[in-house]
Amino acid sequence: MDAQTIVFAILALVSLFSGIMVVTRKNPVYSILFLVLTFFCYAGFYVLLGATFLAAIQIMVYAGAIMVLFLFVVMMLNLREPEKMEGGASFFQTLGFIVAGGFALVLMAFFAGNPGPGVPTYPPGAAAYAMGDTKELGMVLFTDYVFPFEIAGILLLAAVIGAVALAKRNRA
Amino acid sequence: MEMTLGLNHYLILAAIMFCIGMVGVLTRRNILIIFMSVELMLNSANMTFIAFSHYLMNPEGMVFTFFTLTVAAAEVGVGLAIVVTIFRKTESLDIRKLNLLKN
Repeated sequence: MDAQTIVFAILALVSLFSGIMVVTRKNPVYSILFLVLTFFCYAGFYVLLGATFLAAIQIMVYAGAIMVLFLFVVMMLNLREPEKMEGGASFFQTLGFIVAGGFALVLMAFFAGNPGPGVPTYPPGAAAYAMGDTKELGMVLFTDYVFPFEIAGILLLAAVIGAVALAKRNRA
Repeated sequence: MEMTLGLNHYLILAAIMFCIGMVGVLTRRNILIIFMSVELMLNSANMTFIAFSHYLMNPEGMVFTFFTLTVAAAEVGVGLAIVVTIFRKTESLDIRKLNLLKN
């Protein structure tokens, strides 16, 4: 086993553990903190895959901005009663487990085989690692994808206006 | 057994994480935790994109991930504003109390 495989295995174990913790904790604050850990693991995977720019964005946007937003909301809401987990699973919760488990089995069966014609499964060369850095990604983003980029900016503007409008309305 | 890190490892890990998020969405009742599970699913889809992008030597998967990230940020901003509005009305984050349209 080379170093890359060992790093992948460690990150995979940590992200599986923290992912399970995210969906099983009663207190949302613990879920948020475990989600931050999961996002750091994802940034590690992105580095392993050569996407260094996206790894940095992952930490700044997800682990930084979005999770702080979640924490702010949880602390602002001043939750009194924790979610009630006892009393057994309801019919729909059991159904949810079955559906998600079945979906996992289908995905496993699909991915354990050949991912598709023409898809290489061997480790690629050094060019694949250079592809994800800021310069290369910026070249693609600002030439071929400049119109979607502008649309994304408008989407963010709409989201900002929407969030302000929603938060303000109740004060009147 | 000789084991080299390949595309399938990333895909299977992303699939497992996606399904963990799916369990959270389908079984939890706290709207905030459902939101976080959705984020987990989005990130797993992103990891699949990046893994394919890396192994196919094609940067378009990373560009897609970039746009997914933008949409996720917008979604969280508006979604949390909606959660705050709901909490002011119902004093609770339980999705079972959101049955205003039922009667």
